[in-house]
Amino acid sequence: MVQSDTPVLALHDVSKRFGAVQVLTGVHLEVHAGQVVALVGDNGAGKSTLVKTIAGVYTIDEGSIEWEGRKVTLNRPQDATALGVATVYQDLALCDNLDVVANLFLGRELMRGGRLDEVAMEKKAQELLDTLSIRIPSVRIPVAALSGGQRQVVAIARALIGDPKIVILDEPTAALGVEQTAQVLDLVERLRDRGLGVILISHNMADVRAVADQVAVLRLGRNNGVFKIAETSHETIISAITGATDNAVTRRQARVAEAEGTK
Amino acid sequence: MSDQKATQMTSQGTASQSIPAAPAVDPRLLVREQGLNGYLAEFQRKLRSGDLGSLPVVVGLVAIAIIFQSLNSHFLTAGNLSNIALYLAGPGLISVGIVFVLLLGEIDLSLGSVAGASAAIAAVAAVQHGVNEWLAILLAVGCALAIGALHGFFFAKLGVPAFVVTLAGFLGWNGLQGVVMGKTGTLNNIPNGVIAKLDNYFFDDVAVAYGLAAIGVAGYLVATLLAARNRRQAGLPARSVTEIAVRAAGLAVLAFVVAYMFNQDRGMPLALVVLLAVVIGSDFVLRRTRYGRQVFAVGGGIEAARRAGISVARVRISVYMISAGLAAVGGLFLASQSGSADKQLGSGNVLMDAIAAAVIGGTSLFGGRGKAWSALLGTLVIESIMVGLDMQNTSQSIEYMITGAVLLAAVVLDSVSRRTQKSSGRG
Repeated sequence: MVQSDTPVLALHDVSKRFGAVQVLTGVHLEVHAGQVVALVGDNGAGKSTLVKTIAGVYTIDEGSIEWEGRKVTLNRPQDATALGVATVYQDLALCDNLDVVANLFLGRELMRGGRLDEVAMEKKAQELLDTLSIRIPSVRIPVAALSGGQRQVVAIARALIGDPKIVILDEPTAALGVEQTAQVLDLVERLRDRGLGVILISHNMADVRAVADQVAVLRLGRNNGVFKIAETSHETIISAITGATDNAVTRRQARVAEAEGTK
Repeated sequence: MSDQKATQMTSQGTASQSIPAAPAVDPRLLVREQGLNGYLAEFQRKLRSGDLGSLPVVVGLVAIAIIFQSLNSHFLTAGNLSNIALYLAGPGLISVGIVFVLLLGEIDLSLGSVAGASAAIAAVAAVQHGVNEWLAILLAVGCALAIGALHGFFFAKLGVPAFVVTLAGFLGWNGLQGVVMGKTGTLNNIPNGVIAKLDNYFFDDVAVAYGLAAIGVAGYLVATLLAARNRRQAGLPARSVTEIAVRAAGLAVLAFVVAYMFNQDRGMPLALVVLLAVVIGSDFVLRRTRYGRQVFAVGGGIEAARRAGISVARVRISVYMISAGLAAVGGLFLASQSGSADKQLGSGNVLMDAIAAAVIGGTSLFGGRGKAWSALLGTLVIESIMVGLDMQNTSQSIEYMITGAVLLAAVVLDSVSRRTQKSSGRG
């Protein structure tokens, strides 16, 4: 995938306060088409707040958001959706009683003559799931009958119905088993291959290293480095997340190295 | 059924389609075998997974018919069955409204009072103030819609639990009914007026009952055939023509037997025509329109519905308006049935019967599962029991106890089937 020079989404100097708490301070982030950017950081680093500003849930206090080079304001979630930002939150938010097709098209139903066009929706749902190589026993079974991994891929597929350009995935593998995690990671790669920009929030370094092109580290609401995954060691990222070279992890590593050295 | 057989079966099914590389059907999916055995197997599987469908109703109706017919040989006569049909309309309409509310996973305890208050408003306007009856009906339904909007506002916008809001409404609108009626305890319907005819008019031309039966069957046949053709053209699995023909034939037998029965007596009752029209209309709205999908979505997961851009408050308020509006129309039928509007109309077991009917018919108390038809089927069960008990000269106290037991049984059935459905992953 050839990356264009203009990022699809660019955040410049974004700041956000909640009362007396400065949650984000001068944060930069760029996402290109066909790129997976992992957003990592400890709890409370501001990852969720950052993606919620992109998703239009929170408005920013300072800074600017650019969409394909053009400055935009996001006041409501609908603004972000209209631009082409799709967000898959950790708690999926699927309707258990509705079948896969109804869930995929919820809020965006295809209509024909004032009625729901079930045939067109089922066909399009089947095609979408096929192109993403998502295997679900049937698109007409209630979501309640699906496993955790299948629900995750349905939620991701649902985000794709509106043809977005940026997909935000909040901890997509947090609750999944080995096999299902691999399936979701496969899906993330397929999104990238389709030319979508993906923002992946994850605590799991193995997942991040497996699929991300870039890692953006947040620490205490500030940028703490953007790394190309291929050229960066695990330790560098960890120290960027924890914020110092003197921390529990490095101390332990030093101790282990010392112990090995004395042997 | 073996998995191998299942995949063979579906590959046969999809091979004839124009899709060059038909995606292999997931081996985990149980595909129904063709023929009678397939239906039996699927029926058993559904039963085991707690998806009872209309089975409790069918079993209940057969049991009711056998028991009451053995007690009184007049139970299954055309005249008596026609009377049951007349008793259906009022409670049935209220029950359709209950179905909407139950689909949201909520409850509306005020509907009996709303029905009574609406009947009182229409009667006082028409009888005491000489307002045109149609205008009086419009006024009553309009007031009910406003009442529903008020319930919905308190529930959806202010976040007061619907249970409490409608409990307050249950008392408050019952009081309003008394105030509207004033010192006159009873207002007789205008003889031969609109309200008087609602539940007492029969189309005595035999062609009406047969015509409606024919239209219903033909409509069903055309709609299902067209839907199947569309699905087949889109390369999706569709019902076979044989299956549609068998279903349509079954419907035709049922429809024409009922029509024949009505024609043996006084003809097709207007009340049943209205109820059927409302049920069919509601079924269409719930299953085929965006609004209906939103009702199900809110009942299945409020957060999911909100994230999908559905205005949850709008859906909730509108559903309470629908339930109150239908209760008003139901109240007018109740007034027509009893010949007068009074301070007691809509009290007693009217509300409980309507809720029980919806649940017996298969609509879940827990939201997100159910259909408009359950109101009709459940009301049929309840009213058959009532008429049967009346024929035995049972006292009202005993009737209350039996209704209570039936309601409890229906709710137990719903809870157990929900638990079984959960464990077999069907929501």
